[in-house]
Amino acid sequence: MSEIYNIEPFKNDAIEKAAAESSPVLDNGPSTFLTQLLGFWVTFRTMFKKPNTVQYPEVKEPTAPRFHGRHQLNRHPDGLEKCIGCELCAWACPADAIYVEGESNTEEARFSPGERYGKVYQINYLRCVFCGLCIEACPTRALTMTNEYELADDSREKLIYEKQDLLSPIHQGMIMPPHPMAPGADEGSYYRGEVKGVQQ
Amino acid sequence: MGLIVGLEEKLPSGFVLTSVEKLAGYMRKNSLWPATFGLACCAIEMMAAGAGRYDLARFGMEVFRASPRQADLMIVAGRVSNKMAPVLRQIYDQMAAPKWVIAMGACASSGGMFNNYAIVQGVDHVVPVDIYLPGCPPRPEMLMDAILKLHEHIGDAKLGVNREKVIREVEAAALAAVPTHSLPVFGSSA
Repeated sequence: MSEIYNIEPFKNDAIEKAAAESSPVLDNGPSTFLTQLLGFWVTFRTMFKKPNTVQYPEVKEPTAPRFHGRHQLNRHPDGLEKCIGCELCAWACPADAIYVEGESNTEEARFSPGERYGKVYQINYLRCVFCGLCIEACPTRALTMTNEYELADDSREKLIYEKQDLLSPIHQGMIMPPHPMAPGADEGSYYRGEVKGVQQ
Repeated sequence: MGLIVGLEEKLPSGFVLTSVEKLAGYMRKNSLWPATFGLACCAIEMMAAGAGRYDLARFGMEVFRASPRQADLMIVAGRVSNKMAPVLRQIYDQMAAPKWVIAMGACASSGGMFNNYAIVQGVDHVVPVDIYLPGCPPRPEMLMDAILKLHEHIGDAKLGVNREKVIREVEAAALAAVPTHSLPVFGSSA
């Protein structure tokens, strides 16, 4: 090939020279033993260190406080839902993992203060990338994220979380909706945080 | 993993087979060897799960086998492109039964945010998946949680005639299931 194309074969004089000078057997003299001793010293020293392993299923280390885990649909202090079914979370979602259907509140069945509430709320956790854009998009802080991360399951259906799986539990002072707004309160007073929990 | 090679297939249903099932399940779940199938960023978390801090060796699965012949768990970690799908299937076919699959991360489970022509929309289009693990990428604890859930499945696995019975029941349930196009609309009762 080199004759045809007139290319000189690759040559590096420095490498050839070095190869000729060095002996075939690596002989570093007494330093070999010392370097080995030094290496074993690292191993020996590690035996006295505290193990780094987290014993996971028994010991669960808390995540970072703002870790992006499973979502939660929050409630007002009296138990009404914060979600108004505006679908901004679904619009913000880069993976199209959220499905929302809004519905109008009526005087007989009120789920949230104001006009609308989220009737259907689904998050497909197989699509969700936990980016938190839905949290940023939510105008009422209805949607936030928890630190819960143990979500694995054995079928696709089980990983589509419905509204009842995502809603926050009923805490002290809350009443399960549907129920009317606090007496004298309107939508605005709920958002300004003027409505407190129900005294029982 | 044939515990008593072929014998469990011939045992009649009863306490002997149940004891063999329990023993086989215990041994199988505590000696899972994963095949390396890291495809994207999830593989980094999978490696972290194998390293000292999370230490998969505690569950008897420290060796990630490069040969599918020696592996019985495939952790599909990352997005599977259409071009990779036949390779994935071949690796799965080369694994010796019994074998299990974990779809790790959003991409392997459903395609995740890559809803496009290049990515397989979930590896269950190619191989049967036992555990779906959401997350992008899931942290090592999540992977270990998925593995522990798979351990429960493996521990309860049936053998021989009991297995055939379970398969028949699943088949009958699938035939009797309502097709998706005639399912009731979600949330209509709410």
